[in-house]
Amino acid sequence: MIQEFKKVWKQYTIGMVWLLGLLWPMLGIHADGTLTFQKTITIWSYILAGSFVCFMIYIMKSGSSFKFIADPVSRAANGVKSASAALPIWVWITVAVVLALIYPQLAGRYGTDVAITVLFYICLGLGLNVVVGLAGMLDLGYIAFYGVGAYTYAILNVTYGLAFWVCLPLSALSACIAGCIVGYPTLRMRGDYLAIVTLGFGEIIRIILNNWMTLTNGPNGILGIKPIGIFWPMFENGFTFEHIWVKKLQFFYYFALGLVILTIIGVHRLNLSRVGRAWESIREDETAAELMGVNTFIYKLLAYAMGAVFAGMAGAFFAARMKFVSPESFTFLESAMVLCMVVLGGMGSIPGIILGVVALIALPEIFRELESYRMLVFGATMIIMMLFRPAGLIPAKRMGTRSEEKEG
Amino acid sequence: MRLLPWHKPHLLVRPNNLKLRKLNTMEYFIQQLINGLTLGGMYALIALGYTMVYGVIQLINFAHGEFFAAGGYVGAIALAYFAGIGYMDSHPVICLTASFMIAMAYCAYLAVGVEKIAYKPLRKNSRLAALLSALGMSIFLSNGMMLTQGVYDKVYPGELFQGRFDFGMVTISYLQIMIVSLTACLLVGLNLLVFKTKIGMAMRATAQDKTMSALVAIGSNKIISLTFAIGAGLAAAAGIMYGLYYGSVKYDMGFVPGIKAFAAAVLGGIGNITGAMIGGLIIGMVEIFGAGYISGEYKDVFAFIILIGVLYFKPNGIMGENIDDTRV
Amino acid sequence: MSLQPILELKNVHSGYGSIKALKGISLKVMPGEIVAIIGANGAGKSTTLMTICGIVPIEKGEIYYDGKLINKVSAEKLPTMGLCQVPEGRRIFPRLSVMENLRLGAFHRDDTDQIMKDIQHSYEMFPILGERKAQQGGTLSGGEQQMLAIARALMTKPKVLLLDEPSLGLAPIIIQQIFDIIAKINKEEDVTILLVEQNANLALQAASRGYVVETGEITLEDEAQSLLTNPKIREAYLGE
Repeated sequence: MIQEFKKVWKQYTIGMVWLLGLLWPMLGIHADGTLTFQKTITIWSYILAGSFVCFMIYIMKSGSSFKFIADPVSRAANGVKSASAALPIWVWITVAVVLALIYPQLAGRYGTDVAITVLFYICLGLGLNVVVGLAGMLDLGYIAFYGVGAYTYAILNVTYGLAFWVCLPLSALSACIAGCIVGYPTLRMRGDYLAIVTLGFGEIIRIILNNWMTLTNGPNGILGIKPIGIFWPMFENGFTFEHIWVKKLQFFYYFALGLVILTIIGVHRLNLSRVGRAWESIREDETAAELMGVNTFIYKLLAYAMGAVFAGMAGAFFAARMKFVSPESFTFLESAMVLCMVVLGGMGSIPGIILGVVALIALPEIFRELESYRMLVFGATMIIMMLFRPAGLIPAKRMGTRSEEKEG
Repeated sequence: MRLLPWHKPHLLVRPNNLKLRKLNTMEYFIQQLINGLTLGGMYALIALGYTMVYGVIQLINFAHGEFFAAGGYVGAIALAYFAGIGYMDSHPVICLTASFMIAMAYCAYLAVGVEKIAYKPLRKNSRLAALLSALGMSIFLSNGMMLTQGVYDKVYPGELFQGRFDFGMVTISYLQIMIVSLTACLLVGLNLLVFKTKIGMAMRATAQDKTMSALVAIGSNKIISLTFAIGAGLAAAAGIMYGLYYGSVKYDMGFVPGIKAFAAAVLGGIGNITGAMIGGLIIGMVEIFGAGYISGEYKDVFAFIILIGVLYFKPNGIMGENIDDTRV
Repeated sequence: MSLQPILELKNVHSGYGSIKALKGISLKVMPGEIVAIIGANGAGKSTTLMTICGIVPIEKGEIYYDGKLINKVSAEKLPTMGLCQVPEGRRIFPRLSVMENLRLGAFHRDDTDQIMKDIQHSYEMFPILGERKAQQGGTLSGGEQQMLAIARALMTKPKVLLLDEPSLGLAPIIIQQIFDIIAKINKEEDVTILLVEQNANLALQAASRGYVVETGEITLEDEAQSLLTNPKIREAYLGE
């Protein structure tokens, strides 16, 4: 077994030695003129131990030494898979929806809070998915549209007193306009340049939000945003409607859930429509799509604008929930996190994105003590996913079959 | 951190009780010119790394900003260490040179490893995969630095370069002179390497046609590693200069200068080394003059606007691209 | 002349990912020969050369150069061993000067004096290159680029030279010049030549033996003169 993997072993040991040489100057050289090795060795040992375990698992898996465990497990997994495939998809969806509906009753305040965050990020992930996963354009400034939507509601509400439901379409509209403004010059560019330029635009928007004191109150943010107001039927003195504010967290949860369900339906229908077909062709081979008569520019702009709309709507909800917005919430790091969730879960796949969001938002909540390592894990996740499973944990199913697959 | 005049490049009034008057227009202009040259030189050094790497493997190395930051950190660590063992007072020049060399070597070491881990395995994959890996590596490295060195600014010893030349109200600090001359040396050195040596010729050949280079016995893997190493070394030097100039370094300091340096690389023509040098100077000048004459708060925006403008109107840049045309 | 082939392929299969280009190619080249590979477009001629040079990964079979198995040898080592290719489309370095292109041919060599002499020799063999030595490679005409590509390959001091479609896109006069030079190199500098050509007539005139490739397999092997008079070949490739 060791013989076959000599090359991989060599690479692994070189990598570990390299890591040691990398860690020591950062940890072991001190301003008082001393050179220590203890801390470096300790940290390196932890990393060595952890990575060694992963490495051995990887080796044994590829070398099929785990057969005695792996075979029965994979047989059971296949059995479960075929059983679950036998059930029509709507059964799973119903189960999921029912679970989602009763969740707040079971989870309590903290759990609901996390769930609302998860729901917001699912919205963002789905919106980014339209741009990255469906149309194939890497957008690194996506969170700016979230910010535009949030600030639109904030400004309109605090300055003019407009209610949430009036501002929601306006948020979506302003995000859409922002998307078109950003999209127009950038969409003709090469893939790699597109990424950097969208990053630049995202930063520009954040800098504007941070510095335009008269409009956005700058780094202080905008306070005192009213939450969602709805008319709720009351049965006290006959049947009347009363205006209440959605302040209770559990109550708000259902609104967020509603938004997510609408977004999922929206993205799914888009995927199946003619527009989705055009996007898939652009993603696969843009030149060929252009030659087939697909107006790539309009469709790319559409993808961009639609992604922005989803983000804008989520932004309005975000502002209503937090009742406060500031430019701090809309940094590049947030964009990168959403991208990481989409990449982890599977670009273009709705269940994948939901899984990605849950993994990257809910899991850190469980491992609260390791909070400071969160971003490290995010970064490492992206690299590892690209190296080993670029399609994501739950890859998107192709819409049609490729000709090579048909011929077999 | 004491606020010394050269720490605020666009400070209008000198906090010196001798002559408290505003600089006249000409003096202001010249001062901005000097400040712009200093900053532009730093951007040029960082931009070279982006442009050379893009030239050989058509990848925007998002993690390059982190090489810049790492250089700043290691420089601070080395300088502090030398001060700690007492060499700084007796041999300041040697310590400074040694710090530069240590930081540049460290970042070259880092860059070669990063390339082998995160970029080399993805060479046959789509461009998107490599980009995402680079992005992940950037986040990983900056957070790695945060975890090992702390979230707060790491201060640079301020006693190193005190003193300046005064020409009326125009100030040229010793530090600025050091930065500009060192940058010039490094740029000239790189030019000599790339255009006058055999290995430099091999680097240019690999950037133009990787397959053909292999057919004339040029090992593209070695050349790519060398390119990463040189690019990171230059960025590290810029990192130390930044630390000396602004007084401190931070784990996220690579982000904004990274984008601006990339804008400089694109402005000059991606893959084009001379272009990156010129682009860096231009971006530095635009930022200083924009901050001085238009708006200080929006100074970061100018570089982004140039980036977007260049990519929209003249994507090949000022001096033309220099990449592998054979790869689609 | 020894009886061991200097280049030999045994049942070589190779391809680009899921596309199988070569499906069992076997051929032999004896030292000092000129051997031609002819066939239609896309038959696998260029792929054969690229597989020999290690650019296209080999899936099955063996390649022997000078008696040594070179399956696992990386592409950039082969020129140092004397095996060099002039690929299809010339592929000179466009933004390097003529002189630099030639200099790069000698990249793996240390003997500076001899390299300078060889460059002079190239200028003598191809006077036009001498005239244009400071010009950027991309500004040369097709024929000049082909000469530069061949001169550059000669700078590697090859024992075996692989040529991929040297006549492609060139005017007939230039083609004649090129083939004269090929014959000259073979005789005077003792370079074995494996020549891939779509222009079967030219190739078979220049070579002593020929192979016919169709969809990744060798379908015919014979003396060049016999192939020229073979009615099937005449019909398929010689336009009769």
